Amino acid sequence: MTEKTTQNLDEVTIRFAGDSGDGMQLTGTQFTNTTAILGNDLSTLPDYPAEIRAPQGTLFGVSGFQIHFGSTEIHTPGDQCDVLVAMNAAALKVNVQSLILGGSIIVNTDGFNDKNLKLAGYPENPLKNGSLGKYKLYEVDISKLTALALQDLNISSKFVDRSKNFFALGMMYWMYNRPMDTTVDWLKEKFGNKPDIMEANLRVLKAGWNFAETTEIFNVRYDVAPAKLPPGKYRNITGNQAVAWGFMAAAKKANLDLFLGSYPITPASDILHELSMYKNFGVKTFQAEDEIAGITSAIGASFGGALGITTTSGPGVALKTEAIGLAVMVELPLVICNVQRGGPSTGLPTKTEQADLLQALYGRNGEAPVPIVAAATPADCFDAAFEASRIALKYMIPVFCMTDGYLGNGSEPWLIPDFDSLPDISTKFRIEAEGFFPYLRDETTLARPWAIPGTPGLEHRIGGLEKQNITGNVNYEPLNHELMVKLRIEKLERIANDIPLATVEGKPEGDLLVVGWGGTYGAIKSAVLREQQKGKSVSQLHLRHLNPFPKNLGEILYKFKTILVPELNMGQLIKVLRSKYLVPAVGLNKVQGLPFKSIEIETKIDEILKGKK
Amino acid sequence: MSTLVEEMLKQTPPPSGVKPSAKDFQSDQDVRWCPGCGDYSILAQTQRIMPDLGVPKHQTVFVSGIGCSSRFPYYMNTYGFHSIHGRATAIASGLKMARPDLSVWIVTGDGDGLSIGGNHMIHLLRRNLDVNVLLFNNQIYGLTKGQYSPTSEAGKVTKSSPYGSLDYPFNPAALALGSSATFVARTLDRDPKHMQATIKRAAEHKGTSFVEIYQNCNVFNDGAFFQFTEKDTKDDSVVFIEHGKPLVFGKEKDKGIRLNGFSPEVVSLKDGKYSINDLLVHNEKDTTLSFILADMTYKSHLPRPVGIFLAIDRPVYESEMTRQIAFAREKRGEGDMKKLLNSGDTWAVQ
Repeated sequence: MTEKTTQNLDEVTIRFAGDSGDGMQLTGTQFTNTTAILGNDLSTLPDYPAEIRAPQGTLFGVSGFQIHFGSTEIHTPGDQCDVLVAMNAAALKVNVQSLILGGSIIVNTDGFNDKNLKLAGYPENPLKNGSLGKYKLYEVDISKLTALALQDLNISSKFVDRSKNFFALGMMYWMYNRPMDTTVDWLKEKFGNKPDIMEANLRVLKAGWNFAETTEIFNVRYDVAPAKLPPGKYRNITGNQAVAWGFMAAAKKANLDLFLGSYPITPASDILHELSMYKNFGVKTFQAEDEIAGITSAIGASFGGALGITTTSGPGVALKTEAIGLAVMVELPLVICNVQRGGPSTGLPTKTEQADLLQALYGRNGEAPVPIVAAATPADCFDAAFEASRIALKYMIPVFCMTDGYLGNGSEPWLIPDFDSLPDISTKFRIEAEGFFPYLRDETTLARPWAIPGTPGLEHRIGGLEKQNITGNVNYEPLNHELMVKLRIEKLERIANDIPLATVEGKPEGDLLVVGWGGTYGAIKSAVLREQQKGKSVSQLHLRHLNPFPKNLGEILYKFKTILVPELNMGQLIKVLRSKYLVPAVGLNKVQGLPFKSIEIETKIDEILKGKK
Repeated sequence: MSTLVEEMLKQTPPPSGVKPSAKDFQSDQDVRWCPGCGDYSILAQTQRIMPDLGVPKHQTVFVSGIGCSSRFPYYMNTYGFHSIHGRATAIASGLKMARPDLSVWIVTGDGDGLSIGGNHMIHLLRRNLDVNVLLFNNQIYGLTKGQYSPTSEAGKVTKSSPYGSLDYPFNPAALALGSSATFVARTLDRDPKHMQATIKRAAEHKGTSFVEIYQNCNVFNDGAFFQFTEKDTKDDSVVFIEHGKPLVFGKEKDKGIRLNGFSPEVVSLKDGKYSINDLLVHNEKDTTLSFILADMTYKSHLPRPVGIFLAIDRPVYESEMTRQIAFAREKRGEGDMKKLLNSGDTWAVQ
């Protein structure tokens, strides 16, 4: 037996790929949790088809999960992968181009029979014709080995086929020197009352590990040391889970019940699932009959004194549009969380995009200003949801909380916040009947009083018709309408006094400022860091608040010779920046349903700075 | 720790013991319906019965959508929400779930509640939240000045159907029954006593009460229900259904409804062939019978049924929601945000 050696790596990107029924998302999630607990920094990219069980072996049925982890700070799921685990020919075909030259491919040879090859469009077997010579190819008959591991158990062949992903997981645990404990514990909890299934999965996992350990196919394993993250307690979290918890934390801090009105929609449904679990927190979740009932029930709940929220994706926002206008008019707190996906129309349900910014800014009839808060990373979704709730409650206004499919499904280690030191966002209801008017405004915020049904003496009527300032009576007078339109705009603008100033990462002036918003943060950050290491005069500014903008934004923009705005749309933030600050910004636009690779941004920066020192 | 809402409710003074008057439920706003509109009667009857319900006005909320009827909340001195077209049912659902302590009323019309808001209506009814729906049916779009509505009779000539409408009308009572409503009734704007009694029963019902009110639009659809409301014709055209009573009608109380198989038929009580003992006796707890009665609605050989079709008990949505929350708290303990944040697989970085 050859001696096995261990090498140290700073960072690695692995992509698990197989049929959509092969359990690749589960495999990836298990590897991620184990890696997180080992203390690596990481970022993940689940990439799966909209079909739940697409026909086996087809190219469009391939489901992938990419994880980038390391001993250094990790900002993206990785531009290219170092290792590709391909469970069949189609998975190889779809993903091989994302593998670096010299990278490793671990294939399940059983997934390369004539039928598989035909479905994947391979005229001949790529494992046999030398076409993969640029890579390190490891051929393992995972299906057969899994079956052997389970042969003395009375288990259906269908189940055997389904558990082969754990064989692959076991191999990868060995290869990257990760303990199996986390997955073993998970299996015990998940299948505690199904001992047969638990036993079978455990066996397959260990068989994968043992195979890698004993066979001569693998003779190198790798160590990736823990990352030097800021001290504290961490957990891994997805964006959708973080949003849910952010809303719960906000409701708790404000001493209100949380009410979610929502309709299932990819990729936002996981927020509904998550919040539905916390009834013991008093969280009320309502799976409505449609998107409109989702938001209007939340408005009704807000009228009653709850923190009303609704979660959806772009097509759902389109349906909620009229109700958002109503919330603007009746001036009740509400948060609309848009987990953006590729559009227009049904578009690309499972793929990411950030093309709903202008919808959030302008997508209503009339002058209907709505504040917008955007999350930058999966864990940051917690803070974004909390901040959106804060603004909604303080200013009595509907607020957009923008995330996207990449953030919602992606995960990263999260420094668990101290609940007690989260900002105080307490609010109060109007109780005193004397001097009460429904549209009497707070001098600082211009918010109207929150007077909830059940309060004696404050009986009043609100609605979508224009209201007279202060009294709240229906009013169609020309000057009153103009006053109310302006008051609603000014209320939004005053939020700018109450949000942090924008900060530049890097030097406060120079050749190029890369301005971004939302889920592009990590890719921009990686690109800008590399440019800075090359000695280029490049800085980064990432916007949390998109309406209103931080007060110092213009001032910062004017200090740079060029502004680059990378967006996963055809140029939405850039339009707003150009019109508001009259800056000749340059766009970098991608609409492929995928996040930016940092190299794409780096290349654009190099192109702009060509010739500049 | 109690929530802000709970604290507010604790501060609320106990009822004064003085029974409010109908006037206490009238707001200071000028009522702006067309003179002669059937809505005036519905408003007056509602304000009249409110004091009898024993719910203070600050605990009462009227939610409406868009349309003539939906101006209703402005005229009630309670809490009110005049919302957007068709969505009153959904807004009221959220309000009731958040605040089960409130008495929640939905005021809607045939267009608002059955056309643009039809989807929310059927789902509200099957869920059975404890709210009351007053559906003003005038078989026309009034606020938009006279287009046919989902309850207009087929062939109706309006501005948008100069050759006659092609739509077959909804039968609101049957639609509500088909949506598994637990309380379904029909009443008439020109029969104040019947309306008061019906609305009162609706208020007392635990669960969603659906009350269809025939309402005359004297501008765009004048006389749509005169056959059922005017002196000369009503006795022979309407059968009032009452729990436990045989279905008798006619000016001389000389006609009745008898079931022939599953089909109701009109029989004479004068010719000696049938007596009152042969007639169909109404049972508002009988779901099958409720469908048979509601189905009489558009049959020209049968009188129009008016009254309470069905009043049955079924678990109330928001009570079940409250029960689940209590169950979860009992099983898992009161939620602790700090514990939750620190739950699952965590690790420390020194």
